[in-house]
Formats: sequence, structure tokens, C-alpha cells
Amino acid sequence: MSGIASKGPKPRRRRRRLSRREEARRRFLRATLVSVALLATWPLASVPVVRRLRIRLRPPGALQGEQRFLAACIKCGQCVQVCPVQAIALADLFDGYGHGAPYIDARAQACDFSCDALSCILACPTGALRHDLNAKEEVRIGTARLARPDACLARRGEGFRGLARGAGFRGRLRYEEIDRWTAQPVAEYAYDVDLCDLCVRECPIGESALRLEPDAAEGGARRMTPVVGEGCVGCGVCEMICPEEPACIAVDPSAAAEVPA
Amino acid sequence: MSWLSDVGVMLGRAPRKPRAISDTAELFHGRKRGKGGVNITVLLEEIAGARKVHTWRNRRWAVLIGVNLLFTLSFWLDIQILEGSLTASRLLGFHLADPYSSLLVMLADRHVAVNLVIGTVTVLLFWGLVGGRSFCSWVCPYHLVAELSEKWHEWLARRGRVVDHTLHRGVRSVLWVLFALLALATGHTLFLTLNPIGILSRALVYGPSLALLWVLLLLLFEVFYAKRAWCRYVCPIGLTYGVIGAAAPVRVEYNLESCAHEGECRKVCEVPHVLEMTIKGRAAHARMDVGPDCTRCGLCVDICPTESLRFQVKGLDELL
Repeated sequence: MSGIASKGPKPRRRRRRLSRREEARRRFLRATLVSVALLATWPLASVPVVRRLRIRLRPPGALQGEQRFLAACIKCGQCVQVCPVQAIALADLFDGYGHGAPYIDARAQACDFSCDALSCILACPTGALRHDLNAKEEVRIGTARLARPDACLARRGEGFRGLARGAGFRGRLRYEEIDRWTAQPVAEYAYDVDLCDLCVRECPIGESALRLEPDAAEGGARRMTPVVGEGCVGCGVCEMICPEEPACIAVDPSAAAEVPA
Repeated sequence: MSWLSDVGVMLGRAPRKPRAISDTAELFHGRKRGKGGVNITVLLEEIAGARKVHTWRNRRWAVLIGVNLLFTLSFWLDIQILEGSLTASRLLGFHLADPYSSLLVMLADRHVAVNLVIGTVTVLLFWGLVGGRSFCSWVCPYHLVAELSEKWHEWLARRGRVVDHTLHRGVRSVLWVLFALLALATGHTLFLTLNPIGILSRALVYGPSLALLWVLLLLLFEVFYAKRAWCRYVCPIGLTYGVIGAAAPVRVEYNLESCAHEGECRKVCEVPHVLEMTIKGRAAHARMDVGPDCTRCGLCVDICPTESLRFQVKGLDELL
């Protein structure tokens, strides 16, 4: 091929020139197809929400009723930014409508209320996190439940010595005896207790939420059972601090109680 | 009247030839037909070697990257200047909210959130002055990636590998209504799930997500099938900003007298229907404002070999 001939752009085959009318018809058709394709993602995005494939812990003050919460959330992430322990993350595409909405993975980092002021609620511009909550005791993220009673050290009458979650754990918790204001790495705080009571000891709410009761069946032996009370707000600190793997105590999200399984 | 028809063109109507052409405009048109001295062929030869400048593009990219970086750094370095992401944020504590996203949330939740109203009004006032769709080209991170991938499309198109399939532009208005109706009827803010602007903005602040694959898919669709499809035919956020800035004083102004009608501007424009008056014989007046769908990206200002397209601030120029 000569150098001159190969220079210009060369369409492979000549396209049939469409009439103005035909071109307009095709433009309209393509537009219709694109709209249909975009709206067809609607049922697709509903699946995770309607089928409840991902039931998550939502930040404090989240509107009760998962559908309502997801409707009200504008997915900006301002709650993520203000959390001092970074307990809040944003969900990915597979959450359907929940995409971009905040959630808490309590085992990795629970909400320990170290902000004291419910900062996430104050940060929320839409009211997806209810502004009428004033104290941590009013929060209902979920409810703790003794998920693996047989593995619980207290119920087995055993103590605990060492790091609750190992040296590699990145979660933080406010230990009031160290610093009233700043959460400390859990991996830097060693425990030494004769009878494991980590969940009860670290519960930010206190006795109304979680307490140890003597195991009735054992008749006064040194065995205790963690009992969840009415005051539980579902912050997940018990789930985060439980030294057993997986955690013996876990928080059921409020959303899980909405519809019977 | 012409302003209203510009809004109509933004909503999807095809631009029409003007019914009446002013006397001055007619005079200029006449000259270019050879009846008064201006020889178009000579003019075109004169400008053939015109320099290529990227002044406005470079300024725009700097602003766009700067704004998005400010979002990122506000969180990463905890400097707290611009917190949140592009759907809703706080600038030094003052609420800002994307108008269309706010509308969807309020429709879906059937509740007027005061903070969103405050944020929307603030945004409205600002972009109402500097031109609504300026948001698109000066702030939106999707605009930048789409602009860059458009170059890939052009490269392939020059080699005859891809063809730009155009869509009826009215589809954007239809989708605007449909997404809003869907939110009102079902409480599902489907658009917020699909919104590549939100996805990119959140990824820039909170780290990458799998949702970026959806953005990639959109970009590939634009490269291989329909050029700039999201911005041109879909984005209800862009349309909302277009309406907000429909009467904005900051705009690109067209000067018929110096125009050579060679059409470089329409080739680089994301929304070429706003430059319809640059076609020979179409301008109704000697000086015309470019319509509200214009993103004020300045590509036409940069490329125009005769400097017939320029940024103008209405009112301010008369004052000075």
C-alpha cells in the first residue's frame, strides 16, 4: 500500500444513508430502549431489600422500618465522617437500594458512644437518623442475644487473661479509666479476670442492658450467664469485645424483627 | 420568547430555524454570502493554522480536581472544610445538597427535610448565578472521566471502528419524571443507586467500591455505542441544574459578525444543539446567548478560531 493512500481514515464499508425520518425513528427507539434498560434495574435493586438478603445494623437513630430508612437516606456519608471510632461504613452495590447507605459491622467496630453526643445523628442532613433522640439510652440499633451459650466463658466458669481480640484487631473502645474522651485500641488493653465478664464490663449502658446472673442450673457454682435486659440499645460493644471466635453474644438488627422470617 | 424555546430545546425539542432574523443579523448573513466583502474561503484560510489553546479546559480541570480533592482531604486529613459527598455535604458547617437527590429523598420519604431544603436553596442561589450546568463541567467527577473516555471514542471513530449512535434527547426529561414518580410511588430512590456521580464522589472520599464497575460499564457504553450518553441523554441531576441556571448571567455569548461558520465548536461540544446558531444562516441576532443546556465547559471558547464565542457575565459587562 502506498503511503499516501493509507493516510486518511477509511471507513470499512459504506453505511446506507438513512432518511431523516428513519434516523429520527431510530433515535426514538434507542432512547426508549435505554430508558427501559435503566428502569429494569428497579426489580433487580429491590431483591436484596425485599428478600432481606442483607439485614444490617444501622447507625443510632436510624428510622425504624428498613424501607423508610433507605428512602430517607441521601447516601452522602456524613455520618461516616463524624464517627470518632469509625464504626460506620457505606454499603456497596449488592445492597440494592441500600447501596451507599450506612451500616455498622459491630464485630469489627461497635458503636461505643465515645462521641457522647450522637454525632452521626447530628450530621445527618435528611432525618434518616432521627434528630429527636437525645441520649444513647434512647437508641435502638438492635438487641443483643446470647448466640452461642455453650461457648460462653462465663457460663463455663472460666476466666480470661490477655487481649480480647488479639494483637491484630483494629477496633477501638473507650476505656473510661484510661481516657474519658478518647477511644483506645482494644489490641492495647490486656484483661485479667477470674471469671470472664468482658461483655458486661464494657457495656456502655450498664445493668439495665446486660448483667451477669448466677446460672440457676448449677446451683450456686461459679458459673454465670449474661442476661440481656430491656435497656439494651444494640450498640454491639459486647459482640465486639467477646474473646470467643465467633462471638458468643451478637446483636440482632432492629430491621430483623420487622418481618417474621 | 427565544429564551423559552431554548429551555424547550434543553428538555428535548429539536432546535428549529428562526422565524424572524433581525436586520443586523441579516446584514452579516448577507456579507458572508458574498454581498458585502467578507469572503468565507479567505477567512477560513486565514484561520487554518490557528493556535490550539486549552485555557478554559485547564482552568476547569483544576477547579474540578480541586473541589473533589477538598472533599477527600476534608475527611482524610480531618480538615473538615467540605464534609460529605456530592449528594449532600457541609461547607464549613453550612448545608449543601444536590437538588434532584434531595427531591427524590423527600418524595420517597414523603417528608420535607429542613436541612435539605436549606442545602438546596444555597446550591440554587449559587448555581443560579454562575450557570446551572456549570456544575457538570466544573465539579462533577463523572464529567471528567466521561470527557477523557470521549477521547478514546474519537480515536476509534476516526479509524471507523465505532459510530456514535444518537438518542432522542427528550429521554432525559422523561427519565427525570419517571425516577421522581418511582420514588413517590414506591419509596425507592432507584436513581441514587444508579447515580455514577454519587458512586464516584463516595469512592473518592470513602474508598473504592464494587459499584465503580457500574460506572465503568456506563463509560464503555459511551465509548462504543453512544457518545457522552449519560450526560446527554440520562442525567436528571444535569437537567435539574440546567433548569436552575436557565436565567444565569454567566454564559457563553456568540458573535455572528466574526464567525466563520466552520463548525469547530459543534464538534467539541457535549451538547451541540445549543450551538445551532453557529450554523451558517441560522443566527437570528448579531449577538446571541448560548442556551441553558450549555455546561460552560469552555471547549468552544478555546477552539473557536475567530474568538466568536466568549464567556460573558450579563449585566456586569454593561456596568464596567
